[in-house]
Amino acid sequence: MGWLRRHRSIIPYLFLLPGGLWLIVFFVLPLLTTLSVSLQEGSLGSGYRLTFNFAIFPESIMRWNEQFVRSLQYGLIVTILTMLIGYPMAYTIAFRGGRYKSALLLLVIMPFFTSFIIRTISWKFILADEGFVLGTLKDWGVLDPSFRLLATPMAVISGITYNFLPFVVLPLYVALERIDPKLIEAANDLYATRRQAFLKVTLPLSMPGVFAASLLSFIPAVGDYLNAELLGSRQTTMIGNVIQRLFLVNNDYPQASALSLVLMVGILVSIFIYMRVLRGQELGT
Amino acid sequence: MTSAATTAPRSDAPPVRRASLATTLGRLILPVYTGLVVLYMLLPILVMAAFGFNDTEGRFNFVWHGFTLENWLNVFSRYPALNEALINSLIVATVSTVLATTLGVLMGLALTRYEFRGRGPLNLLIFLPIATPEIVLGASLLALFVSAEISRNLTTIIIAHIMFNLSYVVVTVRARFAAFDRSLEEAAMDLGADEWTTFRKVTFPLIFPGIMAAALLAFALSIDDFVITQFTSGQTSTFPLWVYGASRIGVPPQVNVMGTIIFLIALVGMGLWVLVQRRDRLRSAPGATDR
Repeated sequence: MGWLRRHRSIIPYLFLLPGGLWLIVFFVLPLLTTLSVSLQEGSLGSGYRLTFNFAIFPESIMRWNEQFVRSLQYGLIVTILTMLIGYPMAYTIAFRGGRYKSALLLLVIMPFFTSFIIRTISWKFILADEGFVLGTLKDWGVLDPSFRLLATPMAVISGITYNFLPFVVLPLYVALERIDPKLIEAANDLYATRRQAFLKVTLPLSMPGVFAASLLSFIPAVGDYLNAELLGSRQTTMIGNVIQRLFLVNNDYPQASALSLVLMVGILVSIFIYMRVLRGQELGT
Repeated sequence: MTSAATTAPRSDAPPVRRASLATTLGRLILPVYTGLVVLYMLLPILVMAAFGFNDTEGRFNFVWHGFTLENWLNVFSRYPALNEALINSLIVATVSTVLATTLGVLMGLALTRYEFRGRGPLNLLIFLPIATPEIVLGASLLALFVSAEISRNLTTIIIAHIMFNLSYVVVTVRARFAAFDRSLEEAAMDLGADEWTTFRKVTFPLIFPGIMAAALLAFALSIDDFVITQFTSGQTSTFPLWVYGASRIGVPPQVNVMGTIIFLIALVGMGLWVLVQRRDRLRSAPGATDR
């Protein structure tokens, strides 16, 4: 203790050491291994050799181009949908919640109390061709007997949207809650219509929440494979499904590693561009 | 009240009386909409709970056959492998929560209370795991374990869970620690408390709610994790993995029952947590003058 007291400046490093090491060994090192594995050639039986096969990156982008584009599309659609559904809800809780605020927030996080996988299987069940929703509508003649939701892009997109909606509502709520209502009143005093007050005051002030929320839905949505697997078909395969299959079924480690690196870099680059665009907009207004 | 005050000086404002039916309906739009979204969020949970009471044989739990309590009575005896998977999930969640919270709190303390070099790279190291899709985290850990010829079992799952929980713990506690009022500690020291007593009597009780919030988040993330677990589990099963495996042949109603039980435990836990916090707040409000 005496030694520590004399060398106080070392304390923060001692505090940071175990956690920092953990992240280096089990986050950074695995990524480096992934890079190294992706540059190797060979098979599980005959062993792998590092051949610096950089061609694997353009090759895998070309080969799985369709799945990459689809994942990006689904990710964007899901982000927009969660925002459209989540923003009015977060707004209502923040500004109209009153004494029911905590109760409403509890309802928002309630899906987390059930397993993600059980919820997705529940959706499979709800959307089933002859399930109690579509089956009933078909019996009533509202829907064509051949109509189906399962195995369509719509089922996959709505499944992912459902899964990540709470992740969007919470940061939006936090951002909206922080806004001083006096600022909105001031806008009203200055003859702003309710619409103008919202567009000129509330919305810009909630942008940090919009930013955080969109990342929290976009990143997991692009990498998701469970919804595509449980609710989709061969025509809705996402890049996550390919990586999972190559890694866990085909044991094609180099190809799978290359794809996951491309996915990670792709997402980091989109985040970077997005931050730039958003910051540019803020400066512009 | 405010609307009357703000519309009063406006010469072009519409007369207040005209704001009748349309405004009333307009005011209802947002609450009704929120109610519908909540219903949408809870629908799969209601379906899960309801079909736990379905009187079905074996694994084909798709059509309603009538009400029974049978599945609730044999929930822990019908599928021994499911019990094992659930126990594994609880072990992983408990161990990884304790370790990730400990490591994360230490990092959070260093980040908010000390000056040191290398803050930028450290922040990046903490932020990147959150910004990386789960599948990449899982796949890269698998690449590491395969390359280093480490066999995958419960330990590798726990290692992986600590890794992804750590960043969430640091981010959660850092926000709480940053709001901490250091003058309270100075006051304790002025009144003659030594450093350890100050930490025990002042600092820790004040940062404890933040630590608990981080631990709850870590536990919830861990017990529900599917993606990273699938990559790091080898032959070991956890509750989500078992359910996923079962979904290929048919999910038995006992899974619905277990899901309902977990849901109820989480709900009661959450309720207790809210009550304790409310009690603490009531106690500390007048306490400020007592001390």
